[in-house]
Amino acid sequence: MPDSGRARCFVELYNLGKSYDTPAGRQVVVRGFELRMEEGEFVAILGHSGCGKSTVLSMIAGLNAISEGGIVIGHREITGPGPDRGVVFQAPSLLPWLTAFDNVMLGVRQVHPRATRERRAEIVRHHLELVGLGDAHDRRPAELSLGMQQRVGIARALALSPRLLLLDEPFGMLDALTRMELQDVLIEILERERRTALMVTHDVDEALFLAHRIVLMTSGPEARVGELLEVPFASPRRRAAVLQHPAYYELRARIIEFLDEHDPMHRTTAAPA
Amino acid sequence: MSRERVLRAIRVLDLSFFEPFVRLAFGEQPGRQLRKIALQVLVPLASFGLFLGAWTLAASNVETKYGTLPTPAQVWDQAGVLIAEHHAERQREADFHAAQARKAAELERAAAVLAGKADRGDPAPGLRDDAALLRDRARQTRAQRYSGPPTYIDQILTSLKTVFLGFLVASLIAIPLGVLCGLSRTFAMAVNPFVQIFKPVSPLAWLPIVMILVGALYTTPPEEAWFEKSFVTSALTVALCSLWPTLMNTALGVSSVPREYHAVAQVLGLSWWTRVRKIVIPAAMPMIFAGLRISLGVGWMVLIASEMLAQNPGLGKFIWDMFQNGSSQTLAQIMVAVFTIGAIGFLLDRVMVVLQRLVSHQPEVA
Amino acid sequence: MALIELRGVGKTFPTVAGATEVLRGVDLTVAEGEFVAIVGFSGSGKSTLMSILAGLLRPDAGEVRVDGQPVRGAGPDRALVFQTYALLPWLSVRDNVRLAVDAAFPGWTAARRRAHVDEHVAMVGLAAAAGKRPGELSGGMRQRVAVARALAMDPRILLLDEPLGALDALTRGTLQAEIARIWAVTRKTVVMITNDVEEALVLADRVIVLEPGPRAHLGPSFAVPLPRPRVRAALNHDPAFAGLRNQILLHLTESRARRAGAARKVTHA
Repeated sequence: MPDSGRARCFVELYNLGKSYDTPAGRQVVVRGFELRMEEGEFVAILGHSGCGKSTVLSMIAGLNAISEGGIVIGHREITGPGPDRGVVFQAPSLLPWLTAFDNVMLGVRQVHPRATRERRAEIVRHHLELVGLGDAHDRRPAELSLGMQQRVGIARALALSPRLLLLDEPFGMLDALTRMELQDVLIEILERERRTALMVTHDVDEALFLAHRIVLMTSGPEARVGELLEVPFASPRRRAAVLQHPAYYELRARIIEFLDEHDPMHRTTAAPA
Repeated sequence: MSRERVLRAIRVLDLSFFEPFVRLAFGEQPGRQLRKIALQVLVPLASFGLFLGAWTLAASNVETKYGTLPTPAQVWDQAGVLIAEHHAERQREADFHAAQARKAAELERAAAVLAGKADRGDPAPGLRDDAALLRDRARQTRAQRYSGPPTYIDQILTSLKTVFLGFLVASLIAIPLGVLCGLSRTFAMAVNPFVQIFKPVSPLAWLPIVMILVGALYTTPPEEAWFEKSFVTSALTVALCSLWPTLMNTALGVSSVPREYHAVAQVLGLSWWTRVRKIVIPAAMPMIFAGLRISLGVGWMVLIASEMLAQNPGLGKFIWDMFQNGSSQTLAQIMVAVFTIGAIGFLLDRVMVVLQRLVSHQPEVA
Repeated sequence: MALIELRGVGKTFPTVAGATEVLRGVDLTVAEGEFVAIVGFSGSGKSTLMSILAGLLRPDAGEVRVDGQPVRGAGPDRALVFQTYALLPWLSVRDNVRLAVDAAFPGWTAARRRAHVDEHVAMVGLAAAAGKRPGELSGGMRQRVAVARALAMDPRILLLDEPLGALDALTRGTLQAEIARIWAVTRKTVVMITNDVEEALVLADRVIVLEPGPRAHLGPSFAVPLPRPRVRAALNHDPAFAGLRNQILLHLTESRARRAGAARKVTHA
């Protein structure tokens, strides 16, 4: 089992750390972060805001320099951003003057420079269809709700066929119901296409519904992996079944307790509330 | 003083220019501060230096009817000349007053002699009347005003007084009107045609109308009037041109007071007047001040033009007079005036920026 | 005896695309001293409903009664706490509260009003920050000021419009406990709108689902028999909490899916 585990290991973060030099000295944000992911796995990183979880994600995306350790994806150590990793941020950040179709096309053209125009359009159409925007091709971001804009953002990331999908609080700006709706859309695509994804979130229910494993991060400075939880729900995930699973509220309680224990306010009472 | 307090003061006063120096003095990221200083100080200095160099080179090649174009050095000299003239004129004034005082003292002494004779029973007729006459002459002598020409500095002060009066009048009209426009769509619609039509009118077009109206309506005899006619004319022209930005910004600021603040006022059951005083005006304050700042800038530009055209005392008249005299220093002195006008405009703008900072309620980030 | 009564309340807004009926047939009864949470999501007409309750908006249909009397506008008997806090940024914490006290109790002596202000600033734990301006406070502290301002008017009804919606999860938890504590002391009648089912279950006696707009109306009502004080961490071990939460969440997702399905049919027809 350990052997096969190593063989299938697709993403490996080893001893990953991030620190900055400030006038007050060296500030360590993250230290000794270790994680291995198999292909087709969905891992969620959960922690308080400011705990450095987004820093980890942006290092994997290649948007933030690595101070310590390293990241291996598919046997290659990464050094900067690349098309093998697609990122969805909290803000959809679509170009307002382009239609949904053209926003997705923008990246497709970079990844498939030699494909025919028809082939590229096919890719874009397919991914907009996946996120349920089959009939909104020609709408501009201003004509779309925030939830629909984020669907375009997801389609844009998926259309590049990344080997690893990175999600940085992708539903953080949406209300709870739209969030659940998009979680349903996301899990359906990921399960059908067996994509590998790493998500950062502070929503306990979101992590439980989507992830196969949950990384609980301690609060910074010097944040690290606090606990690693296996999520035992069957695939395909359906909301009702997951919520009614006997382990759901136990896991939920355990995560909330962990977060309460690592409440940064309790540790540093001197900091302003 | 702590570093934060200095930096905060600098930010409020909009002196970001000094920020890297302060940070450098506190030993914060020296490399970064030096780069900032290079950008914020050396680059502007270098560009200004290049400009002066190019000007000096070009000046000798441009022949005008008043001689060759003055170089920056000549302009600088003329600034010194103007200041020296001011001091000389002040000296003459002081001398004049001293002379008058001496004359008056002599007259009083003579009056005292006559009065003394009368007291001792001198029978010569009209002694007391003569003494009274002399005392009267002494009073007049003492009261006589010096009538030398206004100096450059005097003209600057006149211009500043004029622009402030005009600006004050404009603000007193524009802010209340703007608040009403912002609160009531009906009122705004009623005022709108005037704003749209009068706003683009040049000061030069207003000036004759203002002059005629002031001439007709401001009939207080000059010796009783608080202000001279020319002063009122210039100030009113400034007011007419500079009230629009304040009016429009105030109206916009008031009408864009967040809906939730109005909802708060409703939920709290505030009266109309309390609502205006406690919520609407403070909320619109930053916009009102933004308008005032534009108004003051417009007013300063309008003032110079109207002083030139109407021959009203001030910097504008100074320029016009120089242009008419046509001496060899003329051009250099006009250039001194241009730089003065620019510098004062800049200072006025800075003052308004600081006021704007002080009334805006953004959280101060250290 | 019902303190708040809504009968067939409807509201239509003109839009570019024609009139939009945001609310239709909203019926609601709230008893004196009751804490009712309405769970609704963005675009479901919940802000409209709150504005109608506060008297900031007039319904086009139906009627709103408080204590048997029809509501004709905003009044000091109903204090509204806004999601955006709506504090006046140029006033200190104390002055923000004072504004409400001065408006609500013009007959009081200055000393009595001052004491009343201080008491409410202290009640929400901000005595030390009384002189600060909202810009110097965290989101959670600002919302405390908003709560203090509302309570200082001594209203019969407290209307909370997504009071914790803009806060992070941690601060939300702390403030929920705070609201529960204050409610236990003051026993005001509270109507709260929230998009967080857990928050509703932690605080309310009754949770009502707002079926999303257009034509939003109130859906099923769930009594919350959980014993008080309710501790968030412990609730997850309580099967009654889990059952209620699942019931409400699934009702919400299903009704949303039904509506989406219906909408699709309409556009395809």
